[in-house]
Amino acid sequence: MRLSRLRGENNEGLLAGLIILLVLMMGVVEPGFLGPATLTNVVRSLLVDLTFALGMLVVIISGGIDVSFTAIAIFSGYGVIVLMNDLGADGTVWPFALAALAGAVLGGLNAAMVAGLRLPTLIVTLGTQGIVRGALIAFVGSQYLSNLPTGLESLARSDLFAVTTGGGTARMTLLALPVAVLCVLVALLLRSTMLGRSIYAIGGDVESARRVGIRVGRVQTFVYLFAGALAGFGGLMHVTLSRQANPYDLVGSELDVIAAVVIGGASIFGGRGSVLGTVLGVTLIAVINNSLVLLGVPSAWQRLAVGLLVLLGVGLQALGQGRRKSPPILAEVRS
Amino acid sequence: MPETAIVLRVRGVRKTYGGVAALRDADVDIRRGEVHCLAGENGSGKSTLIKIVSGVEQPDSGTITLDGHDVGRLTPTRAVELGIQVIHQDLSLFPNLSVAENIAMVARVASRRRLVSRRDAMALARATTERLGVSLDLGERVENLPVAQRQLAAICRAFAHDAKVLFMDEPTTALTWREVDALLALVDTLRAEGLAVVFVSHKLEEVFRISDRVTVLRNGEVVHAGEVKDLDRPTLVRVMTGQDVTEDRDVTGLPPDARPVLETRGLGRRHEFAGVSFSVRAGEVVGLTGLLGSGRTEIAEAIFGMRPADTGDILVDGEPVRVRSVHDAIRAGIAYVPGDRLTQGVFLGQSIRRNLIAGSIDRLISRSGRLRGEAVQRTVTTAVESLRIKTSDVSAPVRTLSGGNQQRVVLGKWLARSPRVLVLNSPTVGVDIGSKEGILQVLRDRARAGMGVLVISDDVPELVSVCHRVLVVRRGRVVDEITSDRMSVQAVTDGLTG
Repeated sequence: MRLSRLRGENNEGLLAGLIILLVLMMGVVEPGFLGPATLTNVVRSLLVDLTFALGMLVVIISGGIDVSFTAIAIFSGYGVIVLMNDLGADGTVWPFALAALAGAVLGGLNAAMVAGLRLPTLIVTLGTQGIVRGALIAFVGSQYLSNLPTGLESLARSDLFAVTTGGGTARMTLLALPVAVLCVLVALLLRSTMLGRSIYAIGGDVESARRVGIRVGRVQTFVYLFAGALAGFGGLMHVTLSRQANPYDLVGSELDVIAAVVIGGASIFGGRGSVLGTVLGVTLIAVINNSLVLLGVPSAWQRLAVGLLVLLGVGLQALGQGRRKSPPILAEVRS
Repeated sequence: MPETAIVLRVRGVRKTYGGVAALRDADVDIRRGEVHCLAGENGSGKSTLIKIVSGVEQPDSGTITLDGHDVGRLTPTRAVELGIQVIHQDLSLFPNLSVAENIAMVARVASRRRLVSRRDAMALARATTERLGVSLDLGERVENLPVAQRQLAAICRAFAHDAKVLFMDEPTTALTWREVDALLALVDTLRAEGLAVVFVSHKLEEVFRISDRVTVLRNGEVVHAGEVKDLDRPTLVRVMTGQDVTEDRDVTGLPPDARPVLETRGLGRRHEFAGVSFSVRAGEVVGLTGLLGSGRTEIAEAIFGMRPADTGDILVDGEPVRVRSVHDAIRAGIAYVPGDRLTQGVFLGQSIRRNLIAGSIDRLISRSGRLRGEAVQRTVTTAVESLRIKTSDVSAPVRTLSGGNQQRVVLGKWLARSPRVLVLNSPTVGVDIGSKEGILQVLRDRARAGMGVLVISDDVPELVSVCHRVLVVRRGRVVDEITSDRMSVQAVTDGLTG
């Protein structure tokens, strides 16, 4: 009983245990691993995926799936840089606001098709991915930009804090702050707002949601606009952190994010998932990738590890269902 | 009765779908503090009426007034806000959310609040369950509850937000006798609280037990409205079906030398049932009854190899057969018509013809692997005629048929194999009275032709009407056998509730 509670509603406890185990094992193999530098590196490497994953979480809970977010992200991120260069403008906060806005507008395409026409989300977002990506290369630009505006350039180098140890200086990027705030906001949205609970309700049963008077179309519209905004925000963050704008980036890496959300306990059928689980799912994948890099394992193995984790995550969900078996019918005869 | 007592008034409501009138100028009055039964066969317009008063569909013409005010154009959200609640047959709960949150959901939507908390949901749910005297595990997810408790949760949800009129669509279909009793007691409580409860049902016993007044629909028209006490059972059936339908016991005596076609000896499966021994003779209809969760369905599924037994033997025509899979059972001459017709028995989107031959394709293909058109035609024609499937076009999808006719298609699929033993699980659930008797007649005919028939059901009048013997299952064991000389509704009911 107590053990099952430790596992958490969506296996969060199990995930946390797995991460700790992995970190300890790495610490034994590679003593340098257990330091502040690892923490800051891992955080830096997961920020973009975590931002995407928060949007994906909301979409998946609502019973949908979104494969267009990477295209929306790079369109917004790259587009904002091109615009800033063309205008000769500079800044730090407004470019992110603009990127999020651009993402929301592009997400509106999904919203219109899913909420308005009630089309299946996978097909709709596949279409959107193609349109957005094509439009980016055709109309916005196809050139690799190696220089960012100075505001973003300095943001990439800004630290929330820095710790200097014998091995060097570990810097926590300032961008961790807005992502942390986003995590808290999404958690509050999902837990304590009618909108958030409606998203769970729709993911549980759309028809029932309609029947109790939830405005399903409105909620779905919000979901895809919100996922689009997060994608746009994450896209510019990706560009900023990598200090280059490459229009060919990101697209193709959708599965990593979907995998992280599913490993984090969100049900691919909708209605289930948590921010904590998603954070842990993204962290687990980041830790694995980081460890494997440190051990000098080829990247093909990283793909393999993530694939195994997805199966493990889905398998655990299935096992969780199996455990809740109905009690025996037969009254056993006591001899 | 003063006018003010009428809470919901429907006047001249008309609705047509593609030229077909589903409702024609229907007038219905629902009074405060009454249990009103909306009776009628499938396709009579009950569902359309519910859809219109709950805002799901817009009427072509007509008005709806609630407490004397015209409600105007209804949407589902508006209907909920006004206090019109519908508990659909599928309950429309959220399986992924807790009982408390499900109960609080309607009130939350209606309150238009933006922020919500678990604690508020819990408090509302607790207050509601206490007021109704219902005990539920409020923290549990709905998907982990048995059906009867989900039903209670759905009622609590409707009640939690000040409902004025509560429609319950076929609320007892998935419940067992004892659970129905509990439900009806709860409906009494709701009535005492001043709610108008509209019961949609075609189980006649319930109509008479609980309802104060009844409105009967037939072919989209209101054909009767009035006090239930002024009606008797045959009259109500006649009003509903427009014809005389008998529900009397009709069983042909068996020849003394009738040989058993199906026997089980000490059949058992861990945790589910044990020591199940019985026989079904050629020409005999045997009932297997028990409460939901008694193991009755599990026994049937073991005989058909869906979930094979661990111990014991199954004999067909006196020969032991090994039933480890559905394939084994079919080869041994056993056919099974499942309880959940829609998910297990029929391909809804496929044509009637394809459904009818789906069970016997192996017999209808030629050496070269093609379907023999002539043989297919013969099978389909035989089935349509002998089962009296009402259709003009066998290439139409099964979805277009009524519930009773769909069930005949499922039967036809199996009868095409001419099995030795026909096992049926709840064969008339969701089938209206007119068609029900027709299906029972098919079973009688097959038995007379020498087939052994095993009917799993908890519809007592049906069992009494068709069965030679009824076996009672309780907690995984056959505990009683009601033979022809003892057979009565009372005897079977007593056996069921133990």
